[in-house]
Amino acid sequence: MTTRIGVVTFPGSLDDGDAARAARRAGAEPVPLWHAERKLHGVDAVVLPGGFSYGDYLRCGAIARFAPVMEVVSLAAQDGMPVLGICNGFQILCEAHLLPGALTRNSHLHFRCRDQLLRIESATTAWTNDLTVGQEILVPVKNGEGRYVADRRTLDELEAQGRVVARYIRGNPNGSQRDIAAISNEAGNVVGVMPHPEHAVEELTGPSTDGLSFFTSLLKYLTGAPA
Amino acid sequence: MPRVVVDVMLKPEILDPQGQAVANALPRLGVSDVASVRIGKRIEIEFVGGGEGESAGLHLDSAREIVDKLLVNPVIEEYTIRVEK
Repeated sequence: MTTRIGVVTFPGSLDDGDAARAARRAGAEPVPLWHAERKLHGVDAVVLPGGFSYGDYLRCGAIARFAPVMEVVSLAAQDGMPVLGICNGFQILCEAHLLPGALTRNSHLHFRCRDQLLRIESATTAWTNDLTVGQEILVPVKNGEGRYVADRRTLDELEAQGRVVARYIRGNPNGSQRDIAAISNEAGNVVGVMPHPEHAVEELTGPSTDGLSFFTSLLKYLTGAPA
Repeated sequence: MPRVVVDVMLKPEILDPQGQAVANALPRLGVSDVASVRIGKRIEIEFVGGGEGESAGLHLDSAREIVDKLLVNPVIEEYTIRVEK
């Protein structure tokens, strides 16, 4: 049976199309989910895509968190459904308290858009088990508010529990604490990543095809194949 | 109309690059005695109905709920709240 990956569209989402395309290229069936519906349409996993949901008003992700679809996404995530938040999706996951910390204005105030090297730090999550720890991947980063912050206790806890999923290497694009680019929840089913794996899934349009691994990881995770 | 005013600031330990950018621009204005600038936001919430006595307290409770759930992210922000006469 084909894995069905729901991709949420909020008003202001931009990367839902690419996320759906990445899901398809990995061999899954993308299912569009609408922000105003309290329905998951039987999907096996959910992607919260990048963009500027609700105009990024108030704080990035603060209003999207209260979208009707987020009620069901939150419940499903707590039940173990894999959820990947990319960029704005990461911000929404933090605002929804599904992940700790917050994403704040880049320390240099510039919007940063470039290809970025990341080092994978955890290959046990639902979205990174097809990668290896220490592996370097090249994916686009594009954000104005991507600086990950949390109090020291939270950061130490994330490190100790192996929940820092990826770090920026050869330059931190936004001033994130401890160069954090991606984190997971305790169970490893919810992952937030600031850079964009969905933009690096084919040679023609991306700097690499490294991003596809996030989606093939999910398929591997759901089919129970040993990581 | 009863109005509740909320002042939101980034916590002192959270970097405020916007404030820093403003502070760095001040010498261009010929101002050189500013140690730091931090930027927050003021939110005004107006309620329907009377704002006296007991109902003022209810509005304040209601405003606090709005603030805690939506307006402020306690990970990075802090706030003060008051009913404006």
